[in-house]
Amino acid sequence: MSEQRPSRGGTSNAVPALGRREFTRWFWRQLTSMRTALFLLLLLAIAAIPGSLVPQRGVDARAVEAYFIENPTSAPILDKLGFFSVYSSPWFSAVYLLLMVSLVGCILPRSFVYFRAARARPPKAPRNFSRLPASATFETDRSPAEVVEAARSALGRARVDVVDRDDVTEVSAEKGFLREAGNLVFHVSIVVVLVGVAVGTLFGYRGSVIVTDEGGQFANSLTQYDEFTSGSLFTNDDLPPFAFTLEQMTARFQPFGSPQAGAPREFRAQGTYTAEPGQAPRPFDITVNHPLSIGSSAVYLVGQGYAPVIKVTDSKGNTVWDDAVPFLPADPTYTSNGVLKVPDAEPDQLGFQGFFLPTAAEQNGISISIHPAAANPLLSFNVWHGDLGLDDGVPQSVFTLDKSKMTQYKDGSKNLRISLSPGQTADLPDGGTIEFVKVAQFARFQISSSPLVKVPLFGIIAGLFGLMASLTIKPRRTWIRARQGGSRTVVDVAVLDRVPRDDLPADLDDFLERLKDALGHTEEKQA
Amino acid sequence: MTLAQYEQFSNYAVASATGVLALAFVAYVLQWSLARNVAPERELVLSDGETAPSTTDDPVQRSNMAGGIGFSLTQLAAVVLLVGVVARGLSAQRVPWGNMYEFGCAATLSALIAYVVLVRVWDIDWVGPIITGFGTVVLGASALVFVPAGPLVPALHSYWLVIHVLGAMIAGAAFLVGAAASVLYLVKAKAERTTAEEDRVGFLWRIPASAKIDQLAYRVHAFAFPIWTFAALIAGPIWAQYAWGRYWGWDPKEVWAFITWVVYAGYLHARATAGWKGKAAAILALVGFATFVFNFVGVNLFVGGLHSYAK
Ligand code: HEM
Repeated sequence: MSEQRPSRGGTSNAVPALGRREFTRWFWRQLTSMRTALFLLLLLAIAAIPGSLVPQRGVDARAVEAYFIENPTSAPILDKLGFFSVYSSPWFSAVYLLLMVSLVGCILPRSFVYFRAARARPPKAPRNFSRLPASATFETDRSPAEVVEAARSALGRARVDVVDRDDVTEVSAEKGFLREAGNLVFHVSIVVVLVGVAVGTLFGYRGSVIVTDEGGQFANSLTQYDEFTSGSLFTNDDLPPFAFTLEQMTARFQPFGSPQAGAPREFRAQGTYTAEPGQAPRPFDITVNHPLSIGSSAVYLVGQGYAPVIKVTDSKGNTVWDDAVPFLPADPTYTSNGVLKVPDAEPDQLGFQGFFLPTAAEQNGISISIHPAAANPLLSFNVWHGDLGLDDGVPQSVFTLDKSKMTQYKDGSKNLRISLSPGQTADLPDGGTIEFVKVAQFARFQISSSPLVKVPLFGIIAGLFGLMASLTIKPRRTWIRARQGGSRTVVDVAVLDRVPRDDLPADLDDFLERLKDALGHTEEKQA
Repeated sequence: MTLAQYEQFSNYAVASATGVLALAFVAYVLQWSLARNVAPERELVLSDGETAPSTTDDPVQRSNMAGGIGFSLTQLAAVVLLVGVVARGLSAQRVPWGNMYEFGCAATLSALIAYVVLVRVWDIDWVGPIITGFGTVVLGASALVFVPAGPLVPALHSYWLVIHVLGAMIAGAAFLVGAAASVLYLVKAKAERTTAEEDRVGFLWRIPASAKIDQLAYRVHAFAFPIWTFAALIAGPIWAQYAWGRYWGWDPKEVWAFITWVVYAGYLHARATAGWKGKAAAILALVGFATFVFNFVGVNLFVGGLHSYAK
């Protein structure tokens, strides 16, 4: 823009001593100048960096907690600065809002200019061609009228005006209007994308939930989610009432001893679902990259792991727990950590904390997992008894054990450790038993809905085409002046690009060649 | 051949390509250093045919020969690497860019192809030293993260892998050529400002004028930017929508793809802004390329995130 309207991009940055109106106008002009756009673009890039280096709440809340534990001094400061939610922080929003305003302020006036220009005729030929960036002169024995005809064919699909004056004929031509159109489309599409994204975020929701297989169930309501976030215009009644049952979670890994042993090969969750209550259940088969779509919501398989089925009896012989317990994998061999809380045990509540190894092996006297498939499962626990603290009203994570009011069982001087293979049972110190019944699995699903996803998609695709037009089309003006000079015709040609380019002289040569070709063509026809 | 033999064969091919490419780099460096004291006029004299080159001692001729060898070796390296990458795909029975090692090889291959094609179209053999040097480093670094061929992790089971990564590699190849041209632009533009007419000797004065280099850099970037837009901001989000249930989630890799995009958009704007043309634009192009490289090296190794091929 600065090339065409130097007064804009090139205005001095000094604040003039002006009244409020002038100041507003000055400010607006600064904001919508190309230089400001450039500056804001770079600022946006810089502002985006911290969010990629520090964990983000919206992306991985657990990583943020871990960061706080590892960096107790710096984390609270970073938190104040909004570093853990950069992309919704005031400063990041400020930059992109300014960019948006700048963009709109840029697009609007340019669109008016464009629509006026689109109906305008090509500008009249300047008097002095040699002042233009590229010009040439040659002579021919064809008449000026024939030159005009040749010019029309050489110019192709340009808009052409011809002016006849006494002995001089002038051709003015302009082409490449679509370049500016493309540019406008591209910039408008950025606005469309951002608006579409904003709408999708405001009305969308996203949550995740862990469901164990062999019959674990989920019904789409807020209380069922382990994690849930939603846009500010979303209301809980908007949750579609679907439900599903997970029958089987399949995880396959590259077999032991083969190349890339242990690398995951297939994750598949199968079961049945109902879109509305009362419907007949229909089967589903979710794999990574192939979610289950239910209306505008979709269910994604984003993680899985082992959920040993454990049975606990208390000292009175009552079965106080008989269910699968998800253990979160901590490394690629699926060494997994988990907690089992048994509040119904009597006389004391019981808490188990330990790990699960899918393929256990002894190494230097320690049990580790050597492969993620469940070939030799081992479950190992320390045990506490006392008060689990579940009645304090403070919500607890199912993966942590609050030991503040509990006592750990001892085995002599050492802490008691119970290790079980599937089918094995161990006795608990105060009576009661724990049995590792079998290995089940869990799936972690993400359930989300982002309404209007197609808006940003089509926006950016339109933008891409606009971009390509604006980058490849040359907006070019060509003037040809044919003058009778004795028996011959003197032809002056000049070209001007509305966007400065260095290949203009070469293009002029090409054009002259085409023009002379066209002239030669008529020459031949007439000869 | 069995799958294991294909893999073995691929490893040999990639190793050989690395060696050949390193030799090509040496030849290009020789081309520059042999022309160290040559004035640009000599070439004019030669091309006019007035003084035919007489002895092989002639530094111009030796420099040209080194350059020719460099280009031939680069082509050879491209062919051998192509064989290596194809064999890798055959041994794993899928597209050969499913992990960092494979991506490094395939991306280098696309950069070499882009270079060889552009040399034929636009005579840009003078960026050869940078392309071959960079390619050698990338291939060498890829060897450090070698993994045996195997099937894909489930997250990559998607035809978007083909589209998204191919687009990123083509854009990256063009970005590399653009960055190389921008470096030479900066060097040449500075030399044009500071070097007296009589001191203008050496290979730098045998490559096009800075304005021409700048023009070329722009064309390459104008080609790369829409492809990058498609790969990173269209294909990537579509895939993310299928894989993770959101098309954009500020995952570190997404953030850096976005940063790269914004910086290159800045470059295109800079080219149209009076005070920002030339040097500042060239620097922006280099910053853009640096963010691109960081996305594939820094983010994979230090930051992590959802993009599982990085592991
Ligand atoms: C959101 C970020 C933006 C992106 C990604 C972007 C991208 C682009 C691209 C790629 C071009 C090159 C087209 C060409 O060379 O003709 C361009 C041109 C242009 N942009 Fe932007 N832009 C952005 C924001 C803005 C803003 C905020 C303004 C307003 C101040 C603006 C004003 C312009 C103008 C006036 C041109 C035309 C330059 C010319 O005539 O060559 N852009 N933009």
